[in-house]
Amino acid sequence: MVRRTLSLCLLLLIGLQGAVSARTAVAGNWGLDSLMQELLKNNHGRAIFREKKYIQLLDKPVESSGELVFVPPDHLEKNTLLPRSELLILDHGTLTIQSAEQKHTLQLSDYPEVSAFIDSIRGTLAGDRKALEKVYRLFLGGSARHWTLILLPIAREMSLTINRIKIEGVNGQVRSVEILQADGDRSVMTIEPPVSK
Amino acid sequence: MRYPEGEYRIVITIWVLFVLSCAWLTGRANYTADLSAFLPSAPTQEQRLLVDLLRDGMVSRLILVGIEGADSETRAFLSKGIAGELRNNPAFSYINNGEVSSQQKDREFIFNNRYLLSPKVDSQLFSVAGLHSSVSKSLEGLSSSAGLFLKTLLPRDPTGEMNVLLAGFNSQHIPPTLHGAWASRDSQRALLLFWTRVPVSDIDGQQQAITTIQQAFENVLSKGKADGIIKGNRPRLLITGPGVFSVKARDTIRNEATRLSIISSVMIVALLLVIYRSLTVLMLGLLPVLSGALAGIAAVSLGFGMVHGITLGFGTTLIGESVDYSIYRFLQSGRGENWVEKFWPTVRLGVFTSVSGFASLAFSGFPGLAQLGLYSIVGLLTAATVTRFVLPAKGSFEFAIRDLSPVGRRLQRLYQPAHYLIWPLALLLLLSCALIYRHADTLWNRDISALSPVSPGDQVLDAGLRADIGAPDVRYLAVVKAMDAESALVAAEKLGARLHTLVDKGVLAGFETPARFLPSRATQMIRLESLPTRDILEERLQQALKQLPVQAERFSPFVSDIEAVRNRGPLQRSDLDGTSFGLSLDGLLVRQGAEWLALLPLMAPSEGPFANSIDATRIRAELADDHDLSGALIVDIKKEADQLYGSYLREAIFLSALGLLIIVIVLLAALRSLTRVARVLAPLLLAVIVVIGGFIMAGHQLTMLHLIGLLLIVAVGSNYSLFFDKQSMQGDQAMLSRTLASLLFANMTTVTGFGLLAFSKVPVLQSIGITVGPGAILALVFSAILAQHRPA
Repeated sequence: MVRRTLSLCLLLLIGLQGAVSARTAVAGNWGLDSLMQELLKNNHGRAIFREKKYIQLLDKPVESSGELVFVPPDHLEKNTLLPRSELLILDHGTLTIQSAEQKHTLQLSDYPEVSAFIDSIRGTLAGDRKALEKVYRLFLGGSARHWTLILLPIAREMSLTINRIKIEGVNGQVRSVEILQADGDRSVMTIEPPVSK
Repeated sequence: MRYPEGEYRIVITIWVLFVLSCAWLTGRANYTADLSAFLPSAPTQEQRLLVDLLRDGMVSRLILVGIEGADSETRAFLSKGIAGELRNNPAFSYINNGEVSSQQKDREFIFNNRYLLSPKVDSQLFSVAGLHSSVSKSLEGLSSSAGLFLKTLLPRDPTGEMNVLLAGFNSQHIPPTLHGAWASRDSQRALLLFWTRVPVSDIDGQQQAITTIQQAFENVLSKGKADGIIKGNRPRLLITGPGVFSVKARDTIRNEATRLSIISSVMIVALLLVIYRSLTVLMLGLLPVLSGALAGIAAVSLGFGMVHGITLGFGTTLIGESVDYSIYRFLQSGRGENWVEKFWPTVRLGVFTSVSGFASLAFSGFPGLAQLGLYSIVGLLTAATVTRFVLPAKGSFEFAIRDLSPVGRRLQRLYQPAHYLIWPLALLLLLSCALIYRHADTLWNRDISALSPVSPGDQVLDAGLRADIGAPDVRYLAVVKAMDAESALVAAEKLGARLHTLVDKGVLAGFETPARFLPSRATQMIRLESLPTRDILEERLQQALKQLPVQAERFSPFVSDIEAVRNRGPLQRSDLDGTSFGLSLDGLLVRQGAEWLALLPLMAPSEGPFANSIDATRIRAELADDHDLSGALIVDIKKEADQLYGSYLREAIFLSALGLLIIVIVLLAALRSLTRVARVLAPLLLAVIVVIGGFIMAGHQLTMLHLIGLLLIVAVGSNYSLFFDKQSMQGDQAMLSRTLASLLFANMTTVTGFGLLAFSKVPVLQSIGITVGPGAILALVFSAILAQHRPA
């Protein structure tokens, strides 16, 4: 159970990764490779996220929001501020989850299955399409100006919980990450640049 | 002195009866190779607990298994295959290899019993306000990164008990998983844990469990090969753990007891044949040895109720030593001389000094060492008595002994210039003293593992697998006692509440308690009574959820679960069967004699003002005002273990000193001259010093077993120096050559006996052998040199 939770946490992180990245678009011979390059180019900074979880059990979606921070090459924070504060930090392969009550620290290398997610993030950042394709089948649609990247898990165990991940972006910037679960519930995270910037 | 015919017949009859009854006792004796005889019997309450845990605690039932070689998929395949094959095997109470199925029962147990296990459960929790607040908190939790996981539990567990319980139950470190099974951090080994149903003291049962694991490995391996799943390099199976050690040790001891006895008997018989060149004399010479050995075993069996294999292995030294008496008897008797009159007093004195030395073993706190002591004392006394009274005097019986006077004369010629050796000897002594002085600090091995009967290679493998599994070393324990299991659990709960306040203060990082896995019946009843009936709960839920975005109907699984728990009643110990918590509970709730102990391992904080240590006095002070808890023990296991070893080293030093003192008193009483006692002891103490110097040169640290060996050098060597002392008092040259020859042969047999032990794989035997073997030779040589140098 803990392991599955973790996988989900990391899945969320994957979304963020692209989110805080890229600013400019390239015209011309656009494709997966050029998107990767774009994501790689300027992928540091802060962003604001809003997340909605659509859970069939509940009458209305659960909302949360907070801030994302990425410092290349391997420091990522997801700082949820509302409704309950929680800080997720991924740093050099160590994942720390800190809430008001407890703090968990995990070594990703202890969770080989989970680290597959992280490797794909690193692969994305490094423009290493191969690393990403180890875990997912990738489908890219749209244009460089407005694109949609769909990730379908290859491993059966993973596809039992995750149906697909849909990442939408404008130019080199990730705008939303949607995770569709196998049971039909889904979460949508939208990402905006910080107001001050 | 010669007996009248009739008297001798009576002596023979008594002896035959004695030997027969000893043989009968020997035949009926229980033989064991259980290593716990060499675990000390502990003096303090804390140490007794420690030793009992080592002997029979849950940790002692653990078998750690590693699979090496081949590739990681193959290793995981084997791990799952072995676990699958053995999961329902009655030899094991629990198997864990990290597979989801290993933990399934655990999770089901926590989930099904969450309302009995959770400390949050009280009537407040099930009030309208309580339900409202806990459900809103759970809904809030859905927004967290774990939200998508938590949602699946929500309909059955809206108050979030599972989350609270999991945090506590999964506090232990878990190894990483690779291809669905545990693997070492470097991914080079697959890891499995087995708990045997039988205790570690049941060596046959342990042996069977190990064989079962090995067979399962072979089965899965050949199945995998047949199906084409496993190709290439053959993987290796590594097995370790207390049970594995005791099986190995038993095999070693069994082999060695037989092997050592046979080799030493053959060598000594061969030696005697060369010396005597007469089968009759050989047979006569062996009579005291056999009588002594039988009497020794019979005495141990009577005194201890069982005979340890190591005692039998030690028997070789008895063979080597007791055969000396007949050598003296046969070789020292000259024509027409009365051996009994002339030599017996010296031999008898030698027997008494030897016995004084072994007596220090007999009082040791290690039951195993005490056996060796008793065995040797009874054996030596019997052998000497048989030599003196049963062996026929020369002339009363027709037998011929090879004329050894040429050997004696040659020895005598060699011996003449021995006094020149006094200078090299002085140099050797000086060198040894210098070495001892320089290395005084590192002379003793103060590590308790020095006494461990486990070979260093096996210790390394064990430490490696343990590190892979990440089993944390428990260093501190809080212990409460009670008359029954329920009271012990109640006490553990009470103690736990106090420890919580210490955790809040930062004195402790945390603690484990048996009540986590099985709350006391009293606590469970309180929790049960706080659970509302179906109607009341449904009504309260309706009210509690009014302001929340979820319909009460969604929680009907929760309502049914509560009703099921109410109907089922409190948890029993048997409900934990098949879960890992059953084992945890058995490890923490222990029966000791008529009492029950609850053990609460304490975790020291890793940071802050109380980092890395636990102040036992502070904790005791915290508990002092509560009458029920004031008897709680706070045990620092490492400190107790070190102290335990320290106290045994002190005991060994004390007993050795006492043994030496008794030897001095015996010698003083017999020789009635301080100078003579000093003369007798000087070469022996020299031998001791030089042997210690030798150990330092060889880079060998001493343990208490070596110390005992050093005392035995004095005890055994005194026989030689006593003869030289007697010689110098009487100055008979004809007698000298005979004495020299008999001493040389007697020394050869003794050195054979002890020397063989030096090659033993059993540390107890090896340490004593490696000390006494060279020591006995040095004692003879030094006695000869010093005797020659004596002013006439």
